[in-house]
Amino acid sequence: MEAYISLFVKAVFIENLALSFFLGMCTFIAVSKKIATAMGLGVAVMVVQAITVPANNVVYHALLKEDALSWMGIKGVDLSFLALLSCIGMIAALVQILEMILDKFFPALYHALGVFLPLITVNCAILGGSLFMIERDYNFGESVTYGVGSGLGWALAITVMAGVREKLKYSDIPAGLQGLGITFITAGLMSLGFMAFSGIQL
Amino acid sequence: MSAVLNDETKKVLTTPLVNDNPITLQVLGICSALAVTSQMSTSLIMALALTLVTAFSSAAISAIRNHIPSSIRIIVQMTIIASLVIVVDQILKAFAYEVSKQLSVFVGLIITNCIVMGRAEGYAMKNPPLESFMDGIGNGLGYSLILIIVAFFRETLGSGKLLGIEVFKLAKDGGWYDPNGLMLLPPSAFFIIGLIIWSVRQWKPNQVEKAEFKIMSIAHGEGGHH
Repeated sequence: MEAYISLFVKAVFIENLALSFFLGMCTFIAVSKKIATAMGLGVAVMVVQAITVPANNVVYHALLKEDALSWMGIKGVDLSFLALLSCIGMIAALVQILEMILDKFFPALYHALGVFLPLITVNCAILGGSLFMIERDYNFGESVTYGVGSGLGWALAITVMAGVREKLKYSDIPAGLQGLGITFITAGLMSLGFMAFSGIQL
Repeated sequence: MSAVLNDETKKVLTTPLVNDNPITLQVLGICSALAVTSQMSTSLIMALALTLVTAFSSAAISAIRNHIPSSIRIIVQMTIIASLVIVVDQILKAFAYEVSKQLSVFVGLIITNCIVMGRAEGYAMKNPPLESFMDGIGNGLGYSLILIIVAFFRETLGSGKLLGIEVFKLAKDGGWYDPNGLMLLPPSAFFIIGLIIWSVRQWKPNQVEKAEFKIMSIAHGEGGHH
């Protein structure tokens, strides 16, 4: 149990996907102008991350890993090079299914998240989470923890960023830095803040 | 040669370098630009890989653009891009294992790199293969340019080396340069890209974004209304 808690804290703060691995930066910069939309996207990413990382974990361990097909009587087959293709396919399919389920059963939530769901397929934080899961060889329990934790970390980062940017638009910024430039500097300062967690030993 | 490099080709090849740079203006493909730039060697490999993937995926998508039903075009584009990235990944693992370990998941993340998808969607779906190929190369080069600039500053200032060769003699080896460890950490990449954007926009003022709110200067003697 302790191992899961420390993995969770690590995924949220120390190895924050947005601020220490720079994943999902394009949407992080583009959709962080308002707190409400940023939170919507954050929640969507968290939900998708919590579903796709364990799902990819199951597929990887049951089909792709070296000798994973031995339960079918096929030995010595290593399909791990297909992991990239299967991960992105899985993500695209799951996002599509999630979109349909939300549309059918939770229309209010669908309208709140609607615009963001297609965006999520090409969000590198989602694919990155699955690839990190494969690279670090997480088991199923760890992959659930990591999925929820890394999604929460990303959501936290984009919400804080949106809060800063909402205040920032009233500031007197040099013309050349206006918009994108100052956003990068802000993200850098936030990342510096998150660096403070890196000394924590778990 | 002049037949290959006509005006249109030259245009698609050179505008992405500064005037319409994918990173500083289109805000695409930032993730990897920040993550792999702590060393020059990894950035060069990454830049090369991304340029090739963008060029070939644009060419392939453009070649079959009239046969893709628009409802499933994203999946088709994804599959083409993912297959190309698998090829790149396998080649790197076979011939440059050390670098591929350092790049870790970021080679795989070329799939979701917005530059590749953005060019496929924005250019290759409407233009013939050769131009799309050139457009892919051009945007890849624009991306590479930023990557190389950032890596140059991060590696020289952060470890006193460039491509692993000593440039500044470090203080701990009896030299004069005390390396700035911050340059090797994530935040420095944000700062350097922010500063690059600032300098590009000083040079090309038409890229400057409008402020949402203007600070009003208060005229003398009148003061503000309360």
